[in-house]
Amino acid sequence: MEAEGRVPGPPLPPPSPGGRGGAGAEPPAGAPGAARGPLLAAADVLALDDEEDDLEVFSKDTSLTEVNSFSPSVPISPSSMINQYKFEDEPELRDLFITVDDPESHITAIETFITYRVVTKTSRGEFDSSEYEVRRRYQDFLWLKSKLEEAHPTLIIPPLPEKFIMKGMVERFSDEFIETRRKALHKFLNRIADHPTLTFNEDFKIFLTAQAWELSSHKKQGPGLLSRMGQTVRAVASSVRGGVKNRPEIFTEMNDYVEIFSQKINVLDKIAHRIYKEEREYFNEMKEYGPIHTLWSASEEDIADSLKGVASCINKCCKATEKRMAGLSENLLPILHEYVLYSDILMGVLKRRDQIQGELDCRVDALANKKTEKDLFSEEIGKLEDKVECANNALKADWDRWKQNMQCDMRSTFTNVAENNLHYYEECLATWESFLASQTVDLHVEEDS
Amino acid sequence: MEDCLAKKMEITVSEAEKRTGRNAMNMQETYTAYLIETRAVEPQSEGQCAPVDSLWRRYSEFELLRNYLSVTYPHIVVPPLPEKRADFVWHKLSADNMDPDFVERRRIGLENFLLRVASHPVLCQDKIFYSFLTQEGGWKEMVNETGFQLKADSRLKALNATFRVKNPDKRFTELKHYSDELQSVISHLLRVRARVADRLYGVYKVHGNYGRVFSEWSAIEKEMGDGLQSAGHHMDVYAASIDDILEEEEHYADQLKEYLFYAEALRAVCRKHELMQYDLEMAAQDLTSKKQQCEELATGTVRTFSLKGMTSKLFGQETPEQREAKIKVLEEQIQEGEEQLKSKNLEGRDFVKSAWADIERFKEQKNHDLKEALINYAVMQISMCKKGIQVWTNAKECFSKM
Repeated sequence: MEAEGRVPGPPLPPPSPGGRGGAGAEPPAGAPGAARGPLLAAADVLALDDEEDDLEVFSKDTSLTEVNSFSPSVPISPSSMINQYKFEDEPELRDLFITVDDPESHITAIETFITYRVVTKTSRGEFDSSEYEVRRRYQDFLWLKSKLEEAHPTLIIPPLPEKFIMKGMVERFSDEFIETRRKALHKFLNRIADHPTLTFNEDFKIFLTAQAWELSSHKKQGPGLLSRMGQTVRAVASSVRGGVKNRPEIFTEMNDYVEIFSQKINVLDKIAHRIYKEEREYFNEMKEYGPIHTLWSASEEDIADSLKGVASCINKCCKATEKRMAGLSENLLPILHEYVLYSDILMGVLKRRDQIQGELDCRVDALANKKTEKDLFSEEIGKLEDKVECANNALKADWDRWKQNMQCDMRSTFTNVAENNLHYYEECLATWESFLASQTVDLHVEEDS
Repeated sequence: MEDCLAKKMEITVSEAEKRTGRNAMNMQETYTAYLIETRAVEPQSEGQCAPVDSLWRRYSEFELLRNYLSVTYPHIVVPPLPEKRADFVWHKLSADNMDPDFVERRRIGLENFLLRVASHPVLCQDKIFYSFLTQEGGWKEMVNETGFQLKADSRLKALNATFRVKNPDKRFTELKHYSDELQSVISHLLRVRARVADRLYGVYKVHGNYGRVFSEWSAIEKEMGDGLQSAGHHMDVYAASIDDILEEEEHYADQLKEYLFYAEALRAVCRKHELMQYDLEMAAQDLTSKKQQCEELATGTVRTFSLKGMTSKLFGQETPEQREAKIKVLEEQIQEGEEQLKSKNLEGRDFVKSAWADIERFKEQKNHDLKEALINYAVMQISMCKKGIQVWTNAKECFSKM
């Protein structure tokens, strides 16, 4: 429990009629998150603080029906998908802008932690204001991610930066660590904002808008521990069975892809870090190299200018190499790292899909021999089948989207790396060419005289 | 420079060969022999080139030659030999004397040494040098017969011994100080350059890892595949390019190394002068004290306290005959001493004159060579940058097509 020492924000804004009214046509694949319905409902439940009531509101069944809004009657057509691609590629169509900045340290008797400022600007109707500013800590982001995963088990939820970084012995609260984390958190929220489904998730909205105390009380709700345990147990049971047996070909292909992609992206991540390390060591040696020439020029007369010229060139190249390094650490390293995390997420999503399939297969197998009772369970089977179909469709659509984005990200990141290197060499070239010009002018003068 | 040997004769060290033989202690040893080829510059007759003479020499013979020249021409800044053992190596280079790259660079260094001597106005006229180039057998004996080792002052071998000179020549003191600074700064530069080369090598080579990963990754991608694959190829080119770049830089390092060793030769001239000055001052001091003794004996007065004076007072005076004899001996010694001092002074003045002439010549050569070396370094950097621009332009194009 955070003892923030801050004045709690204003009370909850009055609920807007019908929850998400005014947003225009809902995108077909859109579905609210686990915290369904208007905020007021949440506030009501708040007062009860009763585990059982929690279970009622957020029981397993209702979570099923909400997933059913992916129902096959609403076709997931390619054309509707394209509208959502546009959503990402054309920022002018964006109506939600989020920034994460201003890390601040908070010291309490129990712990020290960092909060980040999250600023949201939006023109969406379902937001009561057009601008929000809240402070969130890493725990809150973790909570959001788990809520999203819960609500959308087969959607690709963007990765969060890791809790700790073991290698490199980066101190938990070093400036570098905090800045890297801040950028990653910024990315995380923006990726959610750009996602056609996740962007309309209720928990996401609460995360962006609620004051700290509102958020913490909202967090207390959610499927009770028992039901969550139940889900896990069932998931484990069905995963043991597989869901692999009847797995559609396309998902096996995805699995194969992810395995190899995961390998390659991990290696790339290592290579990129190694390059950064080598460049830094090169930079360190270069820092010493230039000044020696200056030192030497002090004991010379005739060649003092040439020596000073070389010293100046080396020093300029040294600075240029520092820029090149910065480019790597700002661009390539975070992106590769993000996709390393993504590869784990993809594995997880595929597993969850298999689990959902497994539940169905499990049930089907169990009832296979009970011909007479089949009718009794047909509704149950029907629900499970729907669940599987929704999960599959959601994943397929999100997969295509993810691949598009990945291609785009890789293209722009590596192009940027190439540009950085080009700038580096161009700068160094100009430096040395101007030195050479100055020297050959002198030589010509000497020859003439 | 018209009489300079280098103009009349083409000199090359064209080959190096591994040999085995027995050394002075009858133990088997392996060494490298170098082939020196010489040819008269003017062709004998129309259309015909002069015949090439050649002989083999090993490094120790070069060393002997240089020692001879150093002793015989103490006022000359004698060109240095390439290093005996590989020094200032970065990790890829071998420190092994038998390594072919080291041998090759030494071959070039030895050729450079011979050319330097052959184009020196004084040294090129030396007969021993000429025989070194042309006479295979019996050269070693010829050198030793000159007795130059006897002339070599063993005191110079103690590098750090200081001679307390009362009236040092300011110019030589400054020059010695300069040669110390030059040695220090060039060796520092070479050490850092080697580390920079090492790091640069690392940066380039790590990029080579991209190629394989990109290739493997491209196998699972449909649209990105081509771009990845071709970009990977350019990364391989980039990684491979560093080998030639650094090899060229080694020649630049060798140019600097030559002047590192030249600094030592410069210092040697200063030391010889210091020694000469010291001897001169000692001889002058000795002469003065002898004159004083003479005067004291003649006048019978002890002007300054001396132990001899005391002892003769204690143990009785000498007879007038004894005194006369002593005075005569001293007078002879004084005359000898004055002649020696005169010739030493002349020697000293000659030394200073010819030394400064050569030092001026050396300074001009050094300024010219180092400036050229620095320009060459800039040219190399420019070439490296241009290669980098080409590779990354290509890579960028591939990436943008992904």
